[in-house]
Amino acid sequence: MNELILRTVTAVVTFMIILFGIQLFFAGHYYPGGGFIAGLVTAGAIILLLLAFDIKTVRSMIPISYRTLIGIGLLFALGTGLGGLLFDVPFLTHAHGHVMLPLLGDVSLHTAVLFDLGVYLVVVGVTMTIIETIGEDE
Amino acid sequence: MLNLAIVSPLIYALFVPFLYKYVRSIHTGWFVLPLPVLLFLYFIQHLPLTPYGQTIPWIPSLGMDFQVYMDGLGLLFSLLITGIGSLVVLYSTYYLPKEKEKLGHFYVYLLLFMGAMLGVVLSDNAMALYLFWELTSFSSFLLIGYWNERERSRYGAQKSMLITVLGGLSLLGGFLLLSVMSGGSYSIRDWMAMADAWPQHPLFFPAMLLILLGAFTKSAQFPFYIWLPDAMEAPTPVSAYLHSATMVKAGIYLVARFTPIFAVSSLWVWLVMGIGMATLCWASFHAARQTDLKGLLAYSTVSQLGLIMSLLGAGALAFHGDPGDRRLYMAAVVAAVFHLINHATFKGSLFMVAGIVDHETGTRDIRRLGGLLSVMPVTFTVAVIGSLSMAGVPPFNGFLSKEMFFAAMVQVANAHLFSLDVWGILFPVLAWVGSVFTFLYSLLFVGKTFLGAPRPSEWPKRPHEAPVGMLVAPVVLAVLVIGFGLFPNVLSNTVIAPAVDAVVNGLFRREGLSVHISHWHGWTAEVWMTIGVIVLGVLLYRTFDSWKRVYGAFSQRLSLNHLYDTVVRQMEEQSYSLTSRYMTGYVRTYFLYILSVMIALLVATIVLKVDGRLSLSHLAEVGIHELILALVALIGTATTVAAKSRLVAIIALGSVGYTVSLFFVLFRAPDLALTQLVIETISVSLFLLCFYHLPKLSRHEKGVRFRLGNALISIGVGALVSVIALLAYSEKNFASIAQYHIENAYEKAAGKNIVNVILVDFRGFDTLFEICVLAIAALGIYALVKLKAPKGESGKYE
Repeated sequence: MNELILRTVTAVVTFMIILFGIQLFFAGHYYPGGGFIAGLVTAGAIILLLLAFDIKTVRSMIPISYRTLIGIGLLFALGTGLGGLLFDVPFLTHAHGHVMLPLLGDVSLHTAVLFDLGVYLVVVGVTMTIIETIGEDE
Repeated sequence: MLNLAIVSPLIYALFVPFLYKYVRSIHTGWFVLPLPVLLFLYFIQHLPLTPYGQTIPWIPSLGMDFQVYMDGLGLLFSLLITGIGSLVVLYSTYYLPKEKEKLGHFYVYLLLFMGAMLGVVLSDNAMALYLFWELTSFSSFLLIGYWNERERSRYGAQKSMLITVLGGLSLLGGFLLLSVMSGGSYSIRDWMAMADAWPQHPLFFPAMLLILLGAFTKSAQFPFYIWLPDAMEAPTPVSAYLHSATMVKAGIYLVARFTPIFAVSSLWVWLVMGIGMATLCWASFHAARQTDLKGLLAYSTVSQLGLIMSLLGAGALAFHGDPGDRRLYMAAVVAAVFHLINHATFKGSLFMVAGIVDHETGTRDIRRLGGLLSVMPVTFTVAVIGSLSMAGVPPFNGFLSKEMFFAAMVQVANAHLFSLDVWGILFPVLAWVGSVFTFLYSLLFVGKTFLGAPRPSEWPKRPHEAPVGMLVAPVVLAVLVIGFGLFPNVLSNTVIAPAVDAVVNGLFRREGLSVHISHWHGWTAEVWMTIGVIVLGVLLYRTFDSWKRVYGAFSQRLSLNHLYDTVVRQMEEQSYSLTSRYMTGYVRTYFLYILSVMIALLVATIVLKVDGRLSLSHLAEVGIHELILALVALIGTATTVAAKSRLVAIIALGSVGYTVSLFFVLFRAPDLALTQLVIETISVSLFLLCFYHLPKLSRHEKGVRFRLGNALISIGVGALVSVIALLAYSEKNFASIAQYHIENAYEKAAGKNIVNVILVDFRGFDTLFEICVLAIAALGIYALVKLKAPKGESGKYE
């Protein structure tokens, strides 16, 4: 079956979805969104790719081991928590502040984002592991 | 020093296996022998006795210490344990061949038992006593099952374990109750000091009954005696030591020890005396029908223990009578203590005789024995001395204690206490009947084994006199039988008087206590009773063959053993069938259990605890949107439950999920709505996946079968949860803490999305572990799918 239309639309839409996911992730601290839903939406984009192409192709497009991704995500979340211990504050105490960066100017930064990044990576990894595993199974 | 003496057998037991393994040329028994001898010498140097105690802290915070106290009773038992222990070890050295037997095991068990027994009789702390008590049960179990390749040995060991541990546990219960009554003390001497006020205490009778149960099971009293005849599967030295001289007397010791606490109760007197007397008669009657030498001795042990027990019961009357009578009742205690010693001597020697006969002829069956007199003259002499002492014939020591027993029972019949003047006459009569049978089986023991015509064809082995070493121990005991018989007062003021003083704790402190045992009192009732026993006993022996059919009336089916076997078997079968009835293996059944228990508990709690007030004051207005959505959700739910096809159910479930996410929108929870939307989509697709892969065979599209029970329970759960939610909502007592989050989300955490701030900042810890849960789920699915056993190797990963 010629899947030209599906694939073309996928090519266009995937980036929108991923961008939406990134938007959800970064907006999370101020508006609805956050690591969890952003991870799901990102995974949704990859699933769309899976629907349009086959597993092998998608794997060569995105050469990531999702199980490793879970580990990295957990390390991010845990590392953010442990980082607080270095400054003699309780586990998972976040720090935030305004920093002047070259080019970007006044930026407010928050360690909670790193924690959320961990959540994001775990959710992407988990969703993709489940879908891929079940999809590959005969 | 005393503490060390108690645990020294336990410590020495550690070295025995090494001696057994590395010094194979010498019989291990020789290494063990010095220890009981040394201990015996150590204990005998305490004579004349001044009571003393020692304490080594163990768990002081719980009041449990290794607290030992040596008074007359403890010393008497210690002397018996170490004295008979030495002789038994000596005997076993010749009895058990070193080439064939696992001697290392045997002596380890025996030493464990010896230490445990010393601990029982010398401990003042009840918890230490209990500990040693269970160790005696345990080591006795090991010794009975010593020849564990024999089925009867294992059966006997298991039976004795079950019965004695039953008693042991009840003893623990009794001790705990006493400890509660005394306000936390575990010292038996403390208890005695406090006991005056206890008879009115509500725990007094439970404690007494529990302790008596412990004592009766250990001492093989009616109806718990059934383990003792089966314990005869043990090697004969063990039978001689444990089941005649020491362990079975632990219960006697316990009764004697607790007499000062409980004797004020009439129930104690009646129970101890009555059970003892019943045991005496029943067991002596049945001893005469035994055809196995050791079986006969086992029943005889049971009956003699009953005799001692009934004497202790009579001795408890000393706590009641007026001071003049006290001394008369105290004589019962003297008789008990004296008979305790006598029984240990003659029964030990008789068991050894039975062992020798078994060893030399290869059989213990008296139907095959006879005429051994000419072959084994020394053994015969010992057997005659022991049996006549057991029968209560002068001039042996058994005669003296039997006379004192009759005297005590006659005394009981004349007591004006606890309606003894009505029923008391039973005691001397029963005592006399029991003694007649005792006389009979004593004669049978000697007569069937040694007298009559020799029948060499029946004997598996060619018999000859036992080796000298094997004869030493029984001869020593026989000499003691005669010695104590001729010179009873050697013992009376050195050993017996302190022991009696310990039993009747403090009753004779002012007058002082002295014991005198004499052979001749003049023509009193007990003399006539003894003469009657001898005459009738000889008569019964002469005519035994013509009336022994009487025993046929007591068939195997009506015996207590049969009852025990039936109970054990039935318990096993019934618990099995009960388990297989409720453990059906169907998840559905377990859900029914779980949910109905949940309903029952919650309904009970609501009925009992909640004063049902439903306050509707803080309910919000219901809008039209909520109503419509609720209706949609209801329809979705109803469709899911009633759907005939699975596909419809899945879609309906998805619709419910999306409705929920709409609810989230309506109730202003955008994060939840987003998440719910995506998650619902994913789970519906996973459901479809499952649906698609169902095996073809079971894919009949059938609707849900209606079951009334299921419907009732699910309606019950639904209604219950609704009621609880309403009740909980109507009793909101405290303001929510959400205000803090609303106020501080931006101030402290630099975020405006409160939900997200709570998730990653205020309560990031939860989130950390929720992503762990997700990770575990993903890896679990990966493992499930990928790690399938290849075909034909399905067992590999199980």
